[in-house]
Amino acid sequence: MTLLRLALVGACALVPLLFVVRRRFALAYARALVLVVACVIVLAPFLWLVAAAFKDPRVLNEYVFFPPPSAWSRETLNLTNFRELFAPRATPEGPIAFGRFVLNSLFVATVSTVLQLVCCSLGGFALAKYGFRGKRALMGFMLASMTIPGLLLLAPLYEMMVHFGLVDTYWALLLPAAVSSYGVLLFRQAILEVPDELLDAARLDGCSELGLYFRIVMPLVRPMSAAFCLFSALGSWNSYLGPNIFLHSQRKLTLPVVLNMYVTEYSSQYGVYLAGTLLAVAFPLILFLALQREFISGLSAGAVKG
Amino acid sequence: MSARRADRPIAAVGFLLPYLVATAAFFAYPLLHAVRLAFYATNGPRSRVFVGWDNFGFVLGDPLFWVALRNTALFAFCSVALQLPLSLGLALLLHARSRRSNTVFRLILFAPNLVGQIFVGILFSVLFAPRYGLVNRALHAVLGWGLETRWLGDPRLVMPATILVSLWMYVGFNMVYFLAALQGVDRSLQEAATVDGASAWQVFWHVTRPALRPVTSFVVTMSLIGSFQLFELPQALLATSSGAGPGNAGVTLMTYLNDVAFRQGDLGLGAATGWIIATIIFVLSLVQLRISNAVNRGRLA
Repeated sequence: MTLLRLALVGACALVPLLFVVRRRFALAYARALVLVVACVIVLAPFLWLVAAAFKDPRVLNEYVFFPPPSAWSRETLNLTNFRELFAPRATPEGPIAFGRFVLNSLFVATVSTVLQLVCCSLGGFALAKYGFRGKRALMGFMLASMTIPGLLLLAPLYEMMVHFGLVDTYWALLLPAAVSSYGVLLFRQAILEVPDELLDAARLDGCSELGLYFRIVMPLVRPMSAAFCLFSALGSWNSYLGPNIFLHSQRKLTLPVVLNMYVTEYSSQYGVYLAGTLLAVAFPLILFLALQREFISGLSAGAVKG
Repeated sequence: MSARRADRPIAAVGFLLPYLVATAAFFAYPLLHAVRLAFYATNGPRSRVFVGWDNFGFVLGDPLFWVALRNTALFAFCSVALQLPLSLGLALLLHARSRRSNTVFRLILFAPNLVGQIFVGILFSVLFAPRYGLVNRALHAVLGWGLETRWLGDPRLVMPATILVSLWMYVGFNMVYFLAALQGVDRSLQEAATVDGASAWQVFWHVTRPALRPVTSFVVTMSLIGSFQLFELPQALLATSSGAGPGNAGVTLMTYLNDVAFRQGDLGLGAATGWIIATIIFVLSLVQLRISNAVNRGRLA
């Protein structure tokens, strides 16, 4: 343990030493050092999570991260936590396996993303490429609606869903999520870049308005759509508030609600819910690594347009 | 082309229809309904009695609400005061280098933001454990602190622990915004200043800093709004005390709202609480806007 402290002190002490040799070199080294330390702080919890999920529950606290290679065996590293996690659990609604919750989360994330994509891109297309009365007023309304915090709508939405009989159905999650003024304005911004001449040429060739949307607009804004889909899929995958309020049956729950429940339920065997958390965390990280170019460009698109 | 754009209003309305219908049903109507609901005491969604301003009086007279407000305000203040310098600092460090490894650093630092607050909360609820928790072990190894700190069990440490986790989550996120803005700063201006003999610090203060004002204002507003809706992180971090922490020391405004509206089942009280929180957010954003406008006009600097 003191080895870590020694290494850190040594690494810092190198800065003034290098400064004597060459200023530029010392600065570059100090920069890299700070960045590496920041990355270690960010990565350590992830690494710990992976280790905790694969360590046998009996040796969980014996090693900080992984056991040293000399101690690797079936006894220390195995799939006990995952086996326990995926074993069907008895609930008042009969046995339910963890896989069910994974599928629920995937289902909600997929449908929610498709709904949002359709609503927002169609709306953005209308705002970018058509003139109609009240357009300015509508856009003003959209901007204003973005300043309303969502928490204000929770109680009335819940009452509404009860009256419509939508509580404990996925509609209660999917329908409110489909509204996103931000998304519509984002697509409007991207679709403004599509040249009008292109649309007119297609119209002359007999393309319908809906055809323009499918054949010209959507293919041209594909990078933007990819970023948008990733963000909305993640938003849905990670969301806890809505599912926690609107879903009641055990077999309909999504991962965030279930795992949060497991924290108290499996309080003595936390390897089990950490294994579940690892799976829940892996999904967004893998998506991100696979599509990071779209992610970053989507982020900065939002930033520049403010 | 504007004439051509105007001549197909039916198609436009058709395309906007899904958005308009969903907004009317799931945004405009609940918003109007929230006004009415705030004046009723409800017991579950189906029975209610008109109580006038009593809901507001009850919330404002509830000591727990003030604890929640204090905690949330502290959290909001820290997320701006600690997060901003850290993310700007890291962005400047990254920007000063021109290496391929920058992409890797950026990816790693951004990664925690992809994970939902609830999963981060679950993970850190274990990391903060006394004796075996990674946080205590790391502090012990580096600074020699004791291993028995009960971060989530000590009322004085609950909010600092929550703030630490939020730093872990959001510093990299804001850094990406600052990086994007830094790439937009006019390089020739910086070079000119350097040629004229300005030190690195002077270049930053007189050239880079003014160019970063819009993005700073954006990041501050987003952090404030996000902070006032803080809910999922403490919900998971403090799961064993239903998200409120020992002696309610970790209760936030959203935890309070969730508690009155959905645990106790008084949606009217929940709506009233919602209006109070929304008013606070609104006033804060307005103040923030005023300040940043004043700074931009050079009255404060």
